[in-house]
Amino acid sequence: MGAQLQLTASAKVREAPRAVHVHGGSARSIGIEQRLRSLAAIASASGLRLAALSYLAVCVAVPLLIIHAEGLRHGLDSLVNDVTRPAALHAIGLTVWTAALMTVINTVMGVLTAYVLVTYRFPGKALLNALVGLPLAIPTLIAGVMLVILYGPQTAIGSFFEKQLGTRILFAPPGIVLALLFVSYPFVVRTVQPALLALDGDQSEAAYTLGASGWYTFRRVILPAITPAVLTGALLSFARALGEFGAVVIVAGNIPMRSQMASVYIYAQVEAGDMQAASGVSMVLLWIAFGLTFGAEWLARKYSAMPVQTAQAGVSPTVARQSP
Amino acid sequence: MMQTRARRSLVPVILIGIVALYAILLVGVPVAAMLQAAFGKGITVFLSALITPDAIHAFAITLLLASGACAFNLIAGLVLAWVLVRQQFAGKRVLSALVDAPFVIAPIIIGAVLIIVFGRGGWLTIPGVHIAFALPGMLLAMIIVSMPFVTREVMPVLAELGPEQEEGAYTLGAGRFYTFRRIVLPELRWALLYGLAQTFSRALGEFGAIIVIGGAIQGVTETTTIYLFRALDDRNAIGAYSASILLALLSAVLLSIMEVFNRRRPRAFVTEETSL
Repeated sequence: MGAQLQLTASAKVREAPRAVHVHGGSARSIGIEQRLRSLAAIASASGLRLAALSYLAVCVAVPLLIIHAEGLRHGLDSLVNDVTRPAALHAIGLTVWTAALMTVINTVMGVLTAYVLVTYRFPGKALLNALVGLPLAIPTLIAGVMLVILYGPQTAIGSFFEKQLGTRILFAPPGIVLALLFVSYPFVVRTVQPALLALDGDQSEAAYTLGASGWYTFRRVILPAITPAVLTGALLSFARALGEFGAVVIVAGNIPMRSQMASVYIYAQVEAGDMQAASGVSMVLLWIAFGLTFGAEWLARKYSAMPVQTAQAGVSPTVARQSP
Repeated sequence: MMQTRARRSLVPVILIGIVALYAILLVGVPVAAMLQAAFGKGITVFLSALITPDAIHAFAITLLLASGACAFNLIAGLVLAWVLVRQQFAGKRVLSALVDAPFVIAPIIIGAVLIIVFGRGGWLTIPGVHIAFALPGMLLAMIIVSMPFVTREVMPVLAELGPEQEEGAYTLGAGRFYTFRRIVLPELRWALLYGLAQTFSRALGEFGAIIVIGGAIQGVTETTTIYLFRALDDRNAIGAYSASILLALLSAVLLSIMEVFNRRRPRAFVTEETSL
């Protein structure tokens, strides 16, 4: 907050000459009325900026600061203690591995879905596209309710799994992964779709014409070009899964050391009044999510310097082999 | 030669089949199961579950809070987008990147933060002013959670628009507010509507943050999501399913209407990833 206030103040000073210039022509000849007007303009501009930046601060920076201050209130040792309780570690572990598994499945199926939706024309395509986007419109709590209706122990599918296969779906990892898949299905599809649309068909058509197989073309021409979008989508779904609460509290329940996810653990600690423990696990989730986001951004920047090259390098062996 | 051509023409069919099957199993079947569960006993059972006093009260609270979050985020989002696009200052790029951060911060964490600040023994408790376990805290939670939508819809349109027209209007003597209302606002119309629809839909479905800060007090701080969560616990399945359908339908219809409007926007302004 302090830094931002300071920032606003220094920006105000810097903007003053520009504002005078815009409103009054030569600085020496401006009348008192114009000077007042330009002062008012500066005041309203910096007032707007102050309002806008406080809004951003209250919604983003302040919550982050508060969670860290509360988590670290009794020092680092106590924070480590809170986070390494067996139930907390189990919840974090369960959340990370189910989210990772979901992200792998979702990335493969999301890219395939986007590819099919962009490349082919077929009856029912608009319907499929709508179905893919539907989870964005359904509150995640309700996604959880849907899965309970479908896979609950009393239902045909639920009892089949329990009696024949000996595994439950609800209150167990399969249900968690299914819920996370449902909730984040559109993320990869909707980030990859525009990237695929933006590719002009020339390169892949050239590769086809020159005899490259569809898979080869996809792997060497299309995939390198859409990798940043795929990465973004995968990351979005992973970050979302880390913090998902509504779908997961219903499907996984609140059984510590068994099916309790990190977000549900936080909820349970808040309800129990243990704010330090809640803040500690929150911090772990935030650091994982932000760490991955920054890591991916760094990777993408490193990578995006090259995609054209990579794509060309991918085609050129084919060109060399096939040209007469 | 014939063989390869035959195989190639099969590939699309297989790929389309895989994707369609996946989408139907993952999304279609659960949605159908819920529709069946809610309407299976007839439309009257469905409707009578919706008009219990608790359900009506919860729905009214939901609409009230979601409208409040929309109104606040509309104004504040507009101002933030304007400042981030039109004004020049140090650190602007970092701040613009922060706009999307609420997508990474779990709503349950926002709930925890609000309890730390406003809860019993919290940092900021003013006697006589109820924020935690009351509607103001829930409104604050909804505002924070749905904060990015309006801003990120408006920013690209403002950037595309450029400052030329506004500067032209100033030169001709128009006031700042007049210029904004007559020149800028009409151009932002669709972006604003689309951002608002997303904000509203997000606020309707919010659960984690508001159950924590609101405390789920029956008949007082119970929104429709919290109501249906309790209904599930109370084995009032039909109440839970009916409320679920109501919310999902409202949200889906709202977003599909906006999707139609979204296509009407000038092409250059349509960002493909807006639906995220």
